[in-house]
Amino acid sequence: MRVVVIGGGPAGVAAAEAAVRAGADTVLVDSEPTLGGQFHRGNPQRVDSRVRHLANSTVWAVQGLRLHIRTGPADSPTRTGEAIDADAVVIATGAHDRVVPFPGWDLPGVYTAGAAQALAKGQGIAIGQRVLVSGTGPFLLPVAESLKHVGANVLGICDANTGAGWLRHPRAANPTKIAELLGYAIRLRTSWQPRTAVVAAHGDDKVSAVTVAKLNPDWTIRSQRRVAVDAVCVGHGFTPRLELAVSAGCKLADGFIAVDHTGATSVPGWYAAGEVTGIGGADLAAAEGEVAGTAAAGGPCPATALAKVRSGRRFAAALAAAHPIRPGWQTWLADDTLVCRCEEVTYRALREAIDLDATGTRTFKLTSRVGLGLCQGRMCGRSAVDLATTLAAQRRTFFTPADLQRRPIATPLRLAELASLPEEDL
Amino acid sequence: MGVDVVVVGAGVVGAACADALSAAGLRVTVLDRGPLAAGTSAAGEGNILVSDKEPGPELALALSSLALWPSLVEDFDIEWDSKGGLVVATGDPTPLERFAAAQREVGVDARWITPVEALEMEPHLTRRVTAAVHYPQDAQVQPVLAAQALLAKVRRRGGVLRPGVAVVGLDARGVHTTEGVIACEHVVNACGPWSGEVSRVLGAPIAIAPRRGMVLVTAPLPPTVHHKVYDADYVGAVASGDADLQTSTVVESTAAGTILIGSSRERVGFDESIRVRVLRELARKAVALFPALADAPVMRAYGGFRPYAPDHLPVIGADPRVPGLWHATGHEGAGIGLAAATGALLAELLTGATPQLDPKPFRVDRPGVLLCA
Repeated sequence: MRVVVIGGGPAGVAAAEAAVRAGADTVLVDSEPTLGGQFHRGNPQRVDSRVRHLANSTVWAVQGLRLHIRTGPADSPTRTGEAIDADAVVIATGAHDRVVPFPGWDLPGVYTAGAAQALAKGQGIAIGQRVLVSGTGPFLLPVAESLKHVGANVLGICDANTGAGWLRHPRAANPTKIAELLGYAIRLRTSWQPRTAVVAAHGDDKVSAVTVAKLNPDWTIRSQRRVAVDAVCVGHGFTPRLELAVSAGCKLADGFIAVDHTGATSVPGWYAAGEVTGIGGADLAAAEGEVAGTAAAGGPCPATALAKVRSGRRFAAALAAAHPIRPGWQTWLADDTLVCRCEEVTYRALREAIDLDATGTRTFKLTSRVGLGLCQGRMCGRSAVDLATTLAAQRRTFFTPADLQRRPIATPLRLAELASLPEEDL
Repeated sequence: MGVDVVVVGAGVVGAACADALSAAGLRVTVLDRGPLAAGTSAAGEGNILVSDKEPGPELALALSSLALWPSLVEDFDIEWDSKGGLVVATGDPTPLERFAAAQREVGVDARWITPVEALEMEPHLTRRVTAAVHYPQDAQVQPVLAAQALLAKVRRRGGVLRPGVAVVGLDARGVHTTEGVIACEHVVNACGPWSGEVSRVLGAPIAIAPRRGMVLVTAPLPPTVHHKVYDADYVGAVASGDADLQTSTVVESTAAGTILIGSSRERVGFDESIRVRVLRELARKAVALFPALADAPVMRAYGGFRPYAPDHLPVIGADPRVPGLWHATGHEGAGIGLAAATGALLAELLTGATPQLDPKPFRVDRPGVLLCA
């Protein structure tokens, strides 16, 4: 019985340990040199020595239960490859920052919350001296705290929602989480600004000021003022990394991989855990990993972890409900605002594509060129389709979350690497 | 309210038929079960080629189409690029020489050039070139923009476009769809690789099947490839009916700086899953043709389905079994290039005008095309 776990964050490490404990020959594939994922960046984690840990490795293609892997630094001519046949796979590839576009968001000095956090925690670097944090969700709080730790003057934390609204939610009964968030709220209370947002960044070659707006509940602008800053950090929640699940044929639900209580997806042999199944934080991810890793290895269902998964998911659902992305952000954009930075596609170009009836993912991308660049729509895809859906309100649209995540080559590889694949790996 | 013609399929061939029919004064409705121009038309390179066709009816259709295309889209930017094709041989040059000579006799501009001249045109080409032919007529368009342009003209003339509406049957009352019955005189089946399936729904099955193709796309590079460059073995693959994987190299750059590497041909039904073997073959042959591409990162791969008939010729004309039913399909990987003349020919036949081209080779009741209901 061979279980392959993809992703070495809290979910993946827990899944690999659970699978090896249940007696499976276990491989843990992770793209970073050390384990821990984004959550433990700067604080490498260990895994049970019986697990075969493939560091600096990515699964670039999936054929049934055969995983095609490259190992070594990206772009390096010395990367090596192998194909592993799994009996079961656990996808724990996590999520990356979601940022909604606004005028000037492409200026140097505007960072995603995740990037700002990684620089602060990983390298002790502050993104600037006078910094505004803007977006929505509880993740803004630890990011602001990390920035303070490395010496930044955090002028404010703008949350476009009312922030603490979830506390009143009857299903959010998770005392530990509530205590954690209250701790942040108390420490950061002076800078907390609910129902506000950075709606534009200004500057010539670097951000020097931003427009901060008071928002209506739907995120349209009520009033605005200009604030001098030298850096901005923005985060609007997270987008799960789903390309491997889509390649494997797993069904999605509400933009995440659909799983049952054991983490089993719609495809036999394929399991998922952590942020790819819903955004709920590291503790929930680890519990999901333990359940899915055990199930993948055919072990008995771990009752304690399963109970944690159940309560954690209730909390996550309440949190998600309290931090929606409201459509008013779309009114912040100007015609020349870039939506896709790789291909420099503006909001105007998206409207022109919709005017040509490009209302399916593929034709929308080909007509506007949105999402065709190096990031393959990972950064902009979600926002672009939201904009398109609004622009096409009078038309029939055919956008689906799976289409957006269809990347049969999940990570780039050089032509020479493809050309030299050995016969037995095909 | 009824219309004169319902065109089923809003890909480039359906769009060209609808354009020609509406230009002839007919009231047209275009249906597609999905979005407009989102099937095979959105999965190819946008080829308008004469170079890959041997003398015969398909080349006649291609030459006619090449002449028609610019006049059909003069108000639109469809990223027309007259980049020209370069076919190179790395082995015995004789078959290519013969092929090009035969093409020249029927009016193709096929210029025999030396390996040195080929390397001047494409400095990164392999030094193993033994012979090359330059085809200045070969062009490329952005195929989705091309189909959208034709559909926009249909709409301007009062035609109706209905994405998201599928056909479920045909009888004396008209076309039955997922959104009611549309009374009409004529129905055109222009569903590309899905034409076989739709022809059964319409009660008149024809033998059109899908043939899968895959294309690799590199990250944007500095200008490396200037023409549409392909290996002389391309011709053999297009004309073959083998179910096995066939690849032959086609390498070209796009306006965005990416390089497209095609193309494979396999008969695997509508299976969309990736096959690493196919990707490897494409990569191998591309690197053999352009060694400088070895370090280029492959950013994505995309695939699609080409519609093919048993004899590899398009099917254009009236169905002898069901009055008012027409087919315009079976263009394999050449639908963008052949669409303009296909639309013109179908409209001429349907309105009773004298066809500019001999329609016989494309007729629906030729051997192998009609299937039992």
